[in-house]
Amino acid sequence: MTFLQIRDVHKSYGDHEVLQGVSLDVARHEVVCLIGASGSGKSTLLRCINALEEISSGDILVDGDVVSGRGVDVNRLRRNVGMVFQSYNLFPHMSVLRNITLAPTRIGGVAKEAAEERALALLDRVGMRDKANAYPDALSGGQQQRVAIVRALATNPQVLLLDEITAALDPELVGDVLAIVRELAGDGLTMLLATHEMGFARECATQVCYLHEGRILERGSAEQIFEDPQEERTRQFLGRVLTGGRL
Amino acid sequence: MAAATAVPAVPGTRQGPPPTPPARVVPLALAGLAVAVVAGGCAGLALHSLHAMIEHPAAWAQALIWLLAVAACLPVVPAVRALLAAPQRTRLVAAGDLPGARASAADGREHATVAMGYALSVLIGAALVWFVTANDGAISHTFLRWTFIDQAWSGVTKAFWVNIRVAVAAEVLVLVLGLVLAVMRQLPGRSGRPLRWLATLYVDMFRAIPSIIVLYLVGFGLSLAKVPVVKDLSPIWLAIFALTLTYSGYVAEVYRAGIDSIHPSQWAAARSLGLSYPMTLRTVIVPQAVRRIVPPLLNDFIGLQKDTALIGVMGVTDAFTQSRLVSSDVFNLSPVIVVAVLFVVITIPQARFVDRLIAREQGRRAGRTS
Repeated sequence: MTFLQIRDVHKSYGDHEVLQGVSLDVARHEVVCLIGASGSGKSTLLRCINALEEISSGDILVDGDVVSGRGVDVNRLRRNVGMVFQSYNLFPHMSVLRNITLAPTRIGGVAKEAAEERALALLDRVGMRDKANAYPDALSGGQQQRVAIVRALATNPQVLLLDEITAALDPELVGDVLAIVRELAGDGLTMLLATHEMGFARECATQVCYLHEGRILERGSAEQIFEDPQEERTRQFLGRVLTGGRL
Repeated sequence: MAAATAVPAVPGTRQGPPPTPPARVVPLALAGLAVAVVAGGCAGLALHSLHAMIEHPAAWAQALIWLLAVAACLPVVPAVRALLAAPQRTRLVAAGDLPGARASAADGREHATVAMGYALSVLIGAALVWFVTANDGAISHTFLRWTFIDQAWSGVTKAFWVNIRVAVAAEVLVLVLGLVLAVMRQLPGRSGRPLRWLATLYVDMFRAIPSIIVLYLVGFGLSLAKVPVVKDLSPIWLAIFALTLTYSGYVAEVYRAGIDSIHPSQWAAARSLGLSYPMTLRTVIVPQAVRRIVPPLLNDFIGLQKDTALIGVMGVTDAFTQSRLVSSDVFNLSPVIVVAVLFVVITIPQARFVDRLIAREQGRRAGRTS
């Protein structure tokens, strides 16, 4: 059953059309990887789904309800649709615990104790419980990104959008973060990832979309895309990534 | 340095022209010595006239003057050391030890420049002493007469409390009004436009009008026009009101710069969690902005504190007004110096306090883990 539906979405910045009619269906418990070169529109698509960017035309539906356009309660939408960013974006003036409990206590109506208990349980899961009272600046990039994932999970989102979450990490830290995403996928969390980690996409994705110049040029199972790409451009892209040693 | 030492060590392998010996030290050393001697001489003359001005200097004052005279001659020492480095350089060049020659030439040049730096400071000090003692001490008599300072001290200090109270009250109000204005200037969307416009107009206006004019207009205008409520306020509250009007314009700009300096990704992160615009501003953006704006904010506060010396124009007896009363009685400016010193005394601790805040913030960012 389709949970997240993107219908012919266009997005322009001035004269530049970043998304030129993207359509995508994501069922519950699916893990969809968006691959493609920088500037192909992966991040923009994720930001549009989260209503951080306004779309120019088209529709975005979550659970059958249109969530794009005027008059939509974006704050409510965002509680259902969590997002993790490339540069972590933790709040530097708050402890790890406060970063995580801010949204649940301030808008989710969860009591402070309950929110902290849950935050600690989540931190435990990502091996960060001992850093609950640390401040983001004292953490490594990988640790910050793990906290950012927990922060996004703390509001119990139904979909998680992950925007190149390992792109800013040192190579040896990538594994820790991806392990968590893999585990979440195993739990059945619906996820949409923009990523350059082809190995991860191949292993975990139920659906891979190759974006090129604001369009989904090719989509299919991981096997299809990586083993037998139909489009010449997909083949070229994968070839370049392969020689770059990312696969 | 490693490359330089390697060159002469392997004779016969060099392709280019032979390495050059270091430049001579003597001219620079002589210049340093000359400046040091001139500075010492000038300081001697200035101290002599200081000695002459104090009619019967106490033993400790005499000793202090001699001590200063000796200190003024100290820059001669590095100048002489620079001169001593010169023959050593010549000797090493002759012996073919180019790296050694370069090192002693560098030592010599450094001694010479140190001599110049200290000698110039001595010259400046001597000029100040000379200025104070010129005209048989007329200048120090005009500004620094102890009897008048003593006479004005208690009245001026008491009146200075008015300045402090006005400054503190205005600062509290400015902090609030400035933030309101800054947030108004940042309101999003079409609905925010008129408020944005008004806030901009306010900031432009009150930063343009000199604060003494605002004080004057508020102090006399509001009561003349019988503006309700305001006309019954005491002059002190009117002064606070007027300074708040002026400085909230400045502080609004400081806040705005602080809010602007927070990276947009912080907005995105907070909004993506479902936090509303006002909630994001309150819990994420403003708390971070406030930490960054403490130094420029204190700058404006020091300006505000100094401008409390202007509230005399609206009939409030502050420290400056009080000191001028005494001053015109005795026909001497020493009482006004008291006010100046008081302002310095309250400002320096604030500057140090901010230094500490900044250091603490940096320390925390560098390595706090719990």
